[in-house]
Amino acid sequence: MRLTDREARILAGEAGEAPRLALAQQIAVGEFFEAEHFVPVTNAHMMGDMEVMGDAGFAFVESLVKHGAAFAVPVTTNARCVDFERAAAVRQDPALVAREAALVAHLKRLGALQVDTCINYQTVYQPRFGEHLAWGDTGTVIWANSVTGARTNYEAGPAAVAAGLTGVTPAYGYHLDAQRAGTLRFEVRCALSDYADWGALGGIVGRLTLDYWKVPVLAGVRQAPTGDELKHLGAALASYGSCAMYHMIGVTPEARDEAEAFRGTAPEAAHVVDDAALAAFYRTYPEDRPEIDVVVFSGPQLSVLELRRIAALLAGRRVHANTALLVTTNFANREMAARLGYVKAIEDAGGRVLSGVCWYIMEPAKMAAAFGWKNVLTNSAKIANIIGGYRLHPILRRTDVCVEAAVAGRLPAHACLA
Amino acid sequence: MSVVLTGPKGFGPDVEADILLSRDSFSIRYDMDRETGVISRRGHALEGRSLAGKIVYFPAVQGGVAAGWAFLALVHRGVAPAAVIFGRTNPVMIQGLVLAGIPAMHRVAPDPFSVLKSGDRVRMSPARGLVEIV
Repeated sequence: MRLTDREARILAGEAGEAPRLALAQQIAVGEFFEAEHFVPVTNAHMMGDMEVMGDAGFAFVESLVKHGAAFAVPVTTNARCVDFERAAAVRQDPALVAREAALVAHLKRLGALQVDTCINYQTVYQPRFGEHLAWGDTGTVIWANSVTGARTNYEAGPAAVAAGLTGVTPAYGYHLDAQRAGTLRFEVRCALSDYADWGALGGIVGRLTLDYWKVPVLAGVRQAPTGDELKHLGAALASYGSCAMYHMIGVTPEARDEAEAFRGTAPEAAHVVDDAALAAFYRTYPEDRPEIDVVVFSGPQLSVLELRRIAALLAGRRVHANTALLVTTNFANREMAARLGYVKAIEDAGGRVLSGVCWYIMEPAKMAAAFGWKNVLTNSAKIANIIGGYRLHPILRRTDVCVEAAVAGRLPAHACLA
Repeated sequence: MSVVLTGPKGFGPDVEADILLSRDSFSIRYDMDRETGVISRRGHALEGRSLAGKIVYFPAVQGGVAAGWAFLALVHRGVAPAAVIFGRTNPVMIQGLVLAGIPAMHRVAPDPFSVLKSGDRVRMSPARGLVEIV
């Protein structure tokens, strides 16, 4: 890779040992993907919590602190695995909680902004068109590339830390024009009436794409999506398909028409997503039994508008004694929703609003064992996709069905697919 | 030794080990028990198999940034693969493998299933972009 004078000085150790190691790792990654140079980034967003990092990752961060390292650009933190105020209520391992607190202290010493959110783009920072970033958490990446036209690859925890220390990232993949051309065409003919439908659409397209380097183009979408709907679409596309970018004709900024989205290239393949395809996707998540153990609204964290919707559906009702209801969001949204009365409405009904966390990284297998949960009902296609790996039975349904099931303790008959 | 797979220049030093071939894609979070390095997802082609000490091939990858830290954790627990070969990969896999110091290659040809079977002893040279059968 070609280095600037500044980068060469970092590699020579003039900025300290931590930036030197960070840049060396970035060069190894950059050369693997044939990057020719670096680009400066305005900020980094890192996934760093004990569930994902383990003791080895903790030791790595601790070594950076011992080197006296400090971030060169703002670094925000992703959702983590512990809500420190509510950890006991959801029976999290006290050892994990203590370790997470120690990790947070280390990250603060490096200069991280501890915002603990996977929806930084909705609550912390909205990048501009063409801005180069080093963001981790796949949902944040696909949002930045697709919805705002900013530019970032998936930057996993250590890569985002490295970018935070050096202020640059290797210029490959989605930093380059050529990678942002649409490759697959999807004609969207299905009706989309709920966050879960948008997530299901992301799941369908993601399963057919399954390649970080392919960019699906969605054409024919009948109704203009809201930001929260695009959030569920993107999170699912990233989760099922490893996708970092999509175009939606007439909606996203690099896709005013198909010619712009495909950048003059022909699609490699074309697919149709109709109502039957959407129904078939839901049928891949049949209930194991009608009784529901836990209903989860999470993955990504909820916006204030999503919290408002859950609060309205639950107002004056009571979650069934045999069923738990969990909602996750960030500190900012929880505080706002508390002021607006939504947190009270959800908690008066027997639900729990957690903050700074996303459910799937809260050691869900251990939580399920502690509470005796066997199945999980959610409106998040991303959560449904992940939970299979934890040997919990995932059930994906629309938001109103999830709330009805939480109140009744079982899926309504019309939502049973088994 | 005869060359069976070639690809672009990869990462890390030469390594020799048994190969383990998967027909299914790979996600650290979705498919693997990160405590043990054993594939845990029901129905995965390698369900119940440990990656420890093997040169593992996956045709594609899925999902998220957990891979960034997870390979380092596997190294510390002594259950890391010796190397990983991908058909198509994504940045987080490589970021994680670089952090952990585990050799990696991608975009190999031909299809490994056409020239190798699980258990074959192979030598992988990322610098030269090739895999040889021992």
